This record gives sequence, structure tokens and C-alpha cells, in this order.
Amino acid sequence: MLEFFPFKKNIPFMSWGKVTTAISLLTFLFAIWALWDKGLNLGVDFTGGTVMEVRTSQPADLPAIRTVLEKAGLTEVSVQTFGTSRDVLIRLPNKGESNAAETSNRVMTALAATNPGLELKRVDFVGPQVGKELYDNGALALLVVAFGIMAYLAVRFEWRFALAGMLANMHDIVIILGVFAFFQWEFTLTVLAGVLAILGYSVNESVVVFDRIRENIRKMRGATIPDIIDDAITRTMSRTIITHGSTQIMVLSMLFFGGEALHNFALALTIGIMFGIYSSVLVASPLLLMFGVKREHFIKPVEKKEEAVV
Amino acid sequence: MNRFPLWKYVLIGITLVIAFLYTLPNFFGEVPAVQISPVRTTEKVDTALLGQVESSLKAANLGYQGVELAGNSIKVRLASTDQQIKAKDVLQNSLGERYTVALNLVSASPAWLSSIHALPMYLGLDLRGGVHFLLEVDMKAALEKAAIRYQNDFRTELRGDKIRYGRISREGNAVTVHFATRDQRDAALSKLGTTFTDLTFTTEDQAEGFTLTARLKPQAETQVQEFALQQNITTLRNRVNELGVAEPVIQQQGASRVVVQLPGVQDTAKAKDILGRTATLEIRMVDEQADPTAIQQGQAPFGDDIVSSRDGGKIAVKKDVVLTGDSITDASPGFESTSGQAAVHINLDSKGARIFKDVTRENVGKRMAILLIEKGVAEAITSPVIREEIGGGRVQITGMESAQEASDVALLLRAGALAAPMQIVEERTVGPSMGAENISKGFHSNLWGFLAVTLFMVIYYRIFGLFSSIALAINGFFLIALLSMLQATLTLPGMAAIALTLGMAIDANVLINERIREELRNGATPQAAIHAGYERAWATILDSNLTTLIAGVALFWLGSGPVRGFAVVLCLGILTSMFSAVTVSRAMVNLTYGRQARLAKVSI
Repeated sequence: MLEFFPFKKNIPFMSWGKVTTAISLLTFLFAIWALWDKGLNLGVDFTGGTVMEVRTSQPADLPAIRTVLEKAGLTEVSVQTFGTSRDVLIRLPNKGESNAAETSNRVMTALAATNPGLELKRVDFVGPQVGKELYDNGALALLVVAFGIMAYLAVRFEWRFALAGMLANMHDIVIILGVFAFFQWEFTLTVLAGVLAILGYSVNESVVVFDRIRENIRKMRGATIPDIIDDAITRTMSRTIITHGSTQIMVLSMLFFGGEALHNFALALTIGIMFGIYSSVLVASPLLLMFGVKREHFIKPVEKKEEAVV
Repeated sequence: MNRFPLWKYVLIGITLVIAFLYTLPNFFGEVPAVQISPVRTTEKVDTALLGQVESSLKAANLGYQGVELAGNSIKVRLASTDQQIKAKDVLQNSLGERYTVALNLVSASPAWLSSIHALPMYLGLDLRGGVHFLLEVDMKAALEKAAIRYQNDFRTELRGDKIRYGRISREGNAVTVHFATRDQRDAALSKLGTTFTDLTFTTEDQAEGFTLTARLKPQAETQVQEFALQQNITTLRNRVNELGVAEPVIQQQGASRVVVQLPGVQDTAKAKDILGRTATLEIRMVDEQADPTAIQQGQAPFGDDIVSSRDGGKIAVKKDVVLTGDSITDASPGFESTSGQAAVHINLDSKGARIFKDVTRENVGKRMAILLIEKGVAEAITSPVIREEIGGGRVQITGMESAQEASDVALLLRAGALAAPMQIVEERTVGPSMGAENISKGFHSNLWGFLAVTLFMVIYYRIFGLFSSIALAINGFFLIALLSMLQATLTLPGMAAIALTLGMAIDANVLINERIREELRNGATPQAAIHAGYERAWATILDSNLTTLIAGVALFWLGSGPVRGFAVVLCLGILTSMFSAVTVSRAMVNLTYGRQARLAKVSI
């Protein structure tokens, strides 16, 4: 039998509480700092504006493209290559013009004159109003998912579990956002979808550990709560690593083969998966201990049932 | 304990067969085709047209692979894209302007699959290429336009009842009529109050006179807005038909927006130009008394506007609007029966016909102008002389230079009538080559990820890992079959969601396999361990999948466009994975180990 984690004894996770809490706090504060200091590099979905992807027949001459566009009256243009030297990404802000949707037409007309064989691959134009709505809806979705999951955990387990699970996952989300802010990676709608999926996925991890804790509370009558939690984490360790590993394999596959469109999405998922393992084990469970989870929270109703049967 | 009753195996077998059948069309690919549909949605295609299509293709010596009448269109399959383009030209010439002939791709799957509605997945624009527009209707302008209409109607009504009035002014959506005496005002109030039940009237007594102000009631306001939206959707549909797109989507979104999706459109600039055209039409009387030199100098006489005409000259038209484009139900090019001159035939709705009859009776021998107003600039398309009273709502306009001009004017009249201006507020364009690239990227992400996970599972869990991997592959089939059955739109984020759900689906099997190992470690017999593993893991699997489902549902609810595609696949994938990972893998385990009463060892 091939086993990655043939642990015979429990690992004393709970006794490392101080160290892990300190590490979490530091990364968390770092993420907050990055978000506050640099801010998210919001994509065109949220800020409004125009993004175009064009492919030139020759390696692109970026300064020339910039000059041509400026001559056509298009200022504040960002022009860069990505992937290959022939794939050019052009970004233009909305400038309160009534016919902002025409901007991409103007770019194509201006460039076609000097770049024969120019191919338009993609245009995303988002008006200022729509951008704001997408931003608001995104923030709302984040809240709805967070509270939905918390309510589910509260009903299925207990409020302490719900709170611990949610805090641990918000910690993951803040770190993903923090890393995106620090490296100034573009935050798009697709990335947001990835972040929300991680929120749902990462809670899985806490659920599995919590499930074990509940089972152990009923089974290990003599043990202390920290021992019970250590046992639960140790026993689910192997599954945690393998599950996250296989999800990560799929995500890596997206990162390598999915191209530009899925690149940042896969990055968000990768960070989410990495911190998901860490937080459900080393953030959620110490929090649970801190909130003062007790045997009575689970044992009482079970005993009542038995009395009723007798 | 690890045996399923026969019906369970049969049930699983049936679901597998169904899933396989509905996945199948996705592997056949697509063949080029041309699609023929009527320009006007009210017209129907029938077998007679089908015969005409076949005979014109035969006459042109174009071999086709099949012709089918589906919905309200005819699709002709062709062997190559060359023939497709030839066939398009041949058919467009022989069928004339009543039908649009568009290039399209149809599924190459055999007919028996199509007959059980097994169709390939519906690909989103980011995978097949095309344009997505979100247009916003300017509701403020729609309301103002309604107010202008009332302004004219008040004039007609008051004149009809011989009630004397002063000025009729408009500020925003409020129309104010000025009177010299209170009696006139009260007479007007009782007349207008009974005629226009959609309006609320307020009166005011001022030093300089008496006024009556009308405003739209709130429910009438909503009605005006709804009508404007519907009218604009109809207009957009007509314009899209002019473009000749095979499967356009035009849908209302929210209270004031319209989504337009044009798959496979190559010339996006032209599409944007035609859709974004904010032209509106107005018919007004030409002021014959105006001084020609003053007109040339651009000095408009009181109550007139100066507009340029198509030939480059200028004419003065009255400010009063006789009819707006809303009243034009149809326009087609043709010839005048007696002289053979190029002409445009216009049909008006009943209210428009009545007004037109009155106006033409009173103005025989005078000229009326048809104005096209684009971006605030009016241009007279044509200004014909009224020869006689025109009743019945059928109008013929002559004075066109050529048949081509008649055709252009007809097109403008037909497709140019928007109830209110519209603006593009969002655009997503994906070029055709990009679409194909995205499909291949999405496919490779899934393929290599799946192979790597399978390899790992088989090495780590051996036979049970193999079962898990087969269950995972079946999950993929289920998901694709479900997406094909529902004809849900698959986008690139949707393909990412397939990869993600496959990665997450294996979690259920890992949970089960780990539990079985643990039970074995605790000294359970293999059969008992398998049983307990599946039973105990179930609660955890349910819990963990439900939390992801919550995220998926919220994303579907609040997300838009590509994110929705992601959410749909995520939710469906979670549902199929619970079935395949638990029931299908259990069936394989039971079939292999269930019958061996003294099972000494399992490969896990």
C-alpha cells in the first residue's frame, strides 16, 4: 500500500497554535497592506474601458503603434505584447464620450493603414455604468456566498464551527486578493469566479475536518478537545493532501495549456488551494479552540435521544 | 453486503447509454451550410421554398449533401466552404430580398441522433467567435418623445373642438398649454382629461394667464418605456436580419437593456455601425412659403427647421411632426405602375393611416418631407409632392433617381425606426480564429489534467484508483451529455469549470478510499471495510459538495455572461459527480468484489 502519511501518532497541531497564528496574522497583514497600498489592478470588466487583442503579420513595432494611435486622437493608450511578439494587447480608458463603443473601430481603422494583415482577435468594451454594476454584483456575490456557507455550517454543525470556518476562508480570500494586488495581476470577472469557487471549495476542507471532530467528540470520551482536534486533523491529512493535489493537477493543467484567458484564473485557484490546506488545518481549528468548543455542544442531544429510546 | 440488486445495475447501465448517446454528437464536428430564413419574422418557410432552393442549386450544378427544413429556416449542407460561399451567392440571387441567406455550421452527426434531440453542446461566443452587444435604451428620450407626441395631439384635439389656446410648451416630460381665460382652460381640461386618460393634469393661475400642465401617470410611464424597449427589439431584429446572421440572439435584459449576440460575424465594425445607428424617422410638411434665399443662408423662418436634403440642397420644414417612424409598418422598393419610375411602397399602421389621410387631404399639391434624424442631425431622405388624398395607409413615394436609391430608402424606412435612441454599453468580440484556439486550449487543459489525475490515482490506489478514474471519466460524459441535453451555453470559463469539477470530483473517491483503508487498518474484513467506507464517507461528500453548490448558485444568480457559463457547469458538475463518484464507482466495486464471500484482500 502506497501511503504518503503513515502517521501512527497524532501530530500535535494544536500545541503549535501560537506559531501558526502568528504566521497567519503576518500573511494576513501583508495581504491587507498590499491591498491598501497598491490596490487591486482591476480589469476592464470592473473599471470600464476597451481592451483589444490584435495579431500582426510581422513582429509588432509597439512605439510605432503608439504613435499611430496618438495621431488618431487616442490618448492614454497602453500597448504591450503578450505570449508572442505578434500578439498585441491594447487598452484604452473610457473618456466620457458618448460613442465609446466606436473606439475599437477607430483603433482598427488607424492600425490597418500601417499594418497589413492585421487580425482582430478580441474586443472587450465595457461602459462605465456596466463596469460599476459588475463590480457591485461581484462584491454582493462574495457576501452572499460567505453568508450562505456560514448559515449552512451553522445549521449543519454549530455557530462556532460556522464562524471558525468562515474566518479561515475569508483569510484565504484576502490573501488571494493581497497577492493579486502585490504583483498587480489583472483582476477580471473570470478571476472573481475563481475566487468564489475557492470560497466554496475551501470550506470543503474545513467541513471534512469538522466532521471528524464531531465524530471524535462522540467517540473519544476520555480525550481532551485539543487531542480530539489533533486526531481529526491527522486522520484527514492524507485525504486533504491528495484531494488538493488532484485539484491542483487540473489547475496546473489550465495554467500551462489554458492560455492567457485562463492564466490569472488558474493563478487565483492555485493560491486558494495552497492556503486552503493551510487555513483549514492551522487557522480554522485553533479558532475553534479559541471560541471554546466543548463536548457538551454535541454530546447533550445524543444522550437525550438515548434516554428517549430507553 | 456489497451487492446491488439487478435493477440498480440496469438503471446505471441505462444512464450510461443515455449519457453516451447524448455525448456522441459532440465528436462528429460540424460541416459548412447555408441557412435561409425569411427577412420578416411573420413569413414562413415551406416545402415550396425547399423545392425552389433545391432546383436553383441543381441549376447551378452545386452538389449539396442534404437539405432540411427546421424551425422557420432551411439549412443546406455542403461539402466545402468554397461550395458554401458559391451556394450562398446562387441562393441569394434566386430567392431575392425576402429571404436572408447566411453562412452557418451545422452538426455533422447522423440524422438518427438529431431525431432524438441529441445535439452537440451550444458553444458560447468566446468559443465559436462572434459579437456580443449590450445596448441600453435611452428611456429619458423615450419619455420626451411621448411628451412631444402629446404636444401634437393636444393641438389637434383643441383645434378640433375649436378651443382657443396660446402656446404649447414642453419642459422635459411635462407639456404645458397656455390659455387667455379660465373658461378656455377649463373647457380644455374637460376635453383633454377625458381623451387622454394616461395623463394627470394640473392647473395653475398666473398673472400672465392660465396654464394646464400634463404629465404621464407612473403606470403610463412604465408602459411607454416597455413599448419603447419592445419597439427597439423589433427594430434590432430587422436590422440583424439585414446583416444575414445565422443564429442571432436578441433578448431583453432588465428594464432598459437588450442583449444582441451575433455568432460568427466577421465584420464587427459593420455590425456595430448598423446596430448602433440611432436613426429615427419623422414625416413633416415642407414650408412652401419660406424665402429660398433665407433658407440657403440657413435662416429658419419662425416655426420651421432647416434641413439638408439628399441632393445637397436645403429645405425648410415645419416643426410639427405629422408622423414618426413608429407608424411605418413596412417599406419595400418597387416601380410605379404607370410611369415605371422607381418608387418606395410604405405601409402605415391604422392610427398613422388616419392621420396621413387627413394631412394629405388638406395639403394636396404641397410637399412633405421624410426626415432621417441621426445623432441629432436631420436629413430629408425624400420630399415628394402630395398628388391626392391618400387613404388606407398604403403610400407610394416616387422621385427616386434609381432602383438602387429606392432600395436604400426602403431599407432605411424599414430598419431605421427606433422608438428611442440606444447606446452600446458593453461589447465582447471574439475573432473566429480565437474561438477555435480557445476550444483547443480548454480541451487540452481538461485532457492533460485528467490523464495526470488518472495516473496518480492508479498508482496510489491501484484497482480502486482505476475504478475512481473510470468513474471520473464517466462523470465527464454525464456532464457533457447534460450540457448537450439542456443546450446550455458552453464558454471558456465553462470549460475551466469542467476541469475544476473533475479535479474536485475525485475528492469524493479519495474520501471513500481513505475511509476503506482506515477501516482495513482498524482490522475490519475487506467486505466490511468497503461497506463502511462508502457509508461513512457519504455524509462528508454531501456536506462538502453542498458548500461548493452554494457558491455556484450565487455565481449564477449574480454573475453575467462568461461567469454564468462557469456557474452552470460548476453546479451541474457537482450534481453529476455525486452520482458517478458514489453510485457508479460502487457498482464497479460491487461487480468485482461483491460476489466473493471470503474476500481476503482488496487492492487499494
